Amino acid sequence: MIQLPQYLLDVCRLSVSYGKVEAVRDVSLHVDRGQIVTIIGPNGAGKTTLLSALMGTLPSHGEVFYDGAALAGTEIEDRVERGLCLVPEKRELFADMPVADNLLLGAYTRRHDAAHVRRSFELVYDRFPRLKERRGQLAGTLSGGERQMLALGRALMGEPRLLMLDEPSLGLAPLIVREIFQIISSLRELGVSILLVEQNARAALETADYGYVLETGEISLEGKASDLIHDARVTATYLGGHD
Amino acid sequence: MDIQIASILAVDGIATGAIYVLIALGTVLIFSVTRVMFVPFGDLAAYSALTLAMLQTGQLPGTVMLVSVLAGIALLMELTSHLRAGKAAKIPKAILYYGILPVLPPLIAWLSQGTVLPFWAQMLLALALVLPIAPLLDRIAFRPLADASVLVLLIVAVAVHFAISGLALLFFGPEGYRTEPISRAIFDVGGVIVSAQTLLVVLAAAAFSGLLYLYFERTISGKALKATSSNRLGARLVGIRPQVTGTIAYLLGGLLGGVSGLLIGPVATLYYDSGFLIGLKAFVGAVVGGLASYPLTALGAIAVGLLESFASFWSSQIKETIVFSALIPILIWRSLAAPQHEEEEEDIA
Repeated sequence: MIQLPQYLLDVCRLSVSYGKVEAVRDVSLHVDRGQIVTIIGPNGAGKTTLLSALMGTLPSHGEVFYDGAALAGTEIEDRVERGLCLVPEKRELFADMPVADNLLLGAYTRRHDAAHVRRSFELVYDRFPRLKERRGQLAGTLSGGERQMLALGRALMGEPRLLMLDEPSLGLAPLIVREIFQIISSLRELGVSILLVEQNARAALETADYGYVLETGEISLEGKASDLIHDARVTATYLGGHD
Repeated sequence: MDIQIASILAVDGIATGAIYVLIALGTVLIFSVTRVMFVPFGDLAAYSALTLAMLQTGQLPGTVMLVSVLAGIALLMELTSHLRAGKAAKIPKAILYYGILPVLPPLIAWLSQGTVLPFWAQMLLALALVLPIAPLLDRIAFRPLADASVLVLLIVAVAVHFAISGLALLFFGPEGYRTEPISRAIFDVGGVIVSAQTLLVVLAAAAFSGLLYLYFERTISGKALKATSSNRLGARLVGIRPQVTGTIAYLLGGLLGGVSGLLIGPVATLYYDSGFLIGLKAFVGAVVGGLASYPLTALGAIAVGLLESFASFWSSQIKETIVFSALIPILIWRSLAAPQHEEEEEDIA
């Protein structure tokens, strides 16, 4: 009996501990195909920890299904090969290598398909003309916004199916934040599903289809992004002084 | 000292330095990709020279035994780890990489016993016998400790060095060997006598450095190695496996170590424990490059060769002391010249 799994990502009661401290407790969430889902919440709520566990850089308990298959026990590199991709908070670029090489290595899992790599370069340079201008420059010399673009571009080179973005707006000037969010919502056309973790709740909810609120390691609220943005609690706690 | 003596010393120093270049480049390569300070590196050079000496005298070198046993242990470790993780699909590949490929050179050496191989075949065979040692040691000693600190890895590397050089005493005995030179021709360049062997050493060092450069700049596999040393987590996030890039680094390092052994074999008498000192001097060169920069490492290694050559003219008794004392000014210069990296990581704006 073949059954198409309902969700691209299905997380059931996931917990992550640092020693005896439980940073994430019994979190359940899911991402539909083609959806942008956001997790908002205050500093230290466990958002980054949650993404690290999903990527496999931290051990966790609970079940995670990606495209219908359990992820438990698979290595980071296997998850990357299956189209799961994380853009971490610290970007983790190859600072002493040129922009073009950073992008090329983003397509590492598809390296044997030269036509694919060429297409991906075109797509990324098309979306980020600034990266094309700076392709010969070392990644470590880029500005904060450019580094975030490079991190996004490197992730897109591997043709991900689920892109997990950790605080893409962190430390960026407001004008660049808007640009980054425009790019994120434009990724929908490519058929990429996105799990977006953000402190900038307004921008995140305006971009996303569905949202979860993570507080002290637990999901305290969930709903359509358009509903959450008008929710009294969310407005008071996360949108209050933002305009 | 007149100009005549100085030029003789310079030629000698550059030839010695060229050997150090190969070993220092390999040391930097392995360290930057795997964070292991591979202390037994010089031993690889001694192994390849002594293996060749044994082959030239028609004996079966102990390297045959060493590689076979190492491959057996590595295969066993690989199989148990796959079975425990329930990944039976990975077993055929493990058998190919650890059970078949590394034991091919020992098999050829064993089968060709008694037949006199041509000179070039002997060299190739010696090199092929030394090549699997470093990747197998990686699988056995270092990969189970992949997340350990640099210091722990260094201590393990020292232990591996003692084991390997102890085995060399068992395999090759306490006598020194000198292999047949590749060429006995001698040139007179403006009054300075240069042997073809010296020229060959310098050319080989230049060729291998050039190839290494092309590999890093032109191939995606080379760039994946660079990426692993630049940012390990970043590399894993694009699907580069540090185990694979590590094995490639050890293979390339083994190649550089093996070639340098074949090159010094004819110019210096080597003993089972000669490798350590060679590796240590190459390390001084690598420190000039901060264990990161390949061009600076090559220059540093040449400088060590020259310093050693001139030092042995001034006082052959304390030439080693002079070479290793150079570490102090080098380290002072590096710590003054190095930019402060700590804050760069946190700077996001």
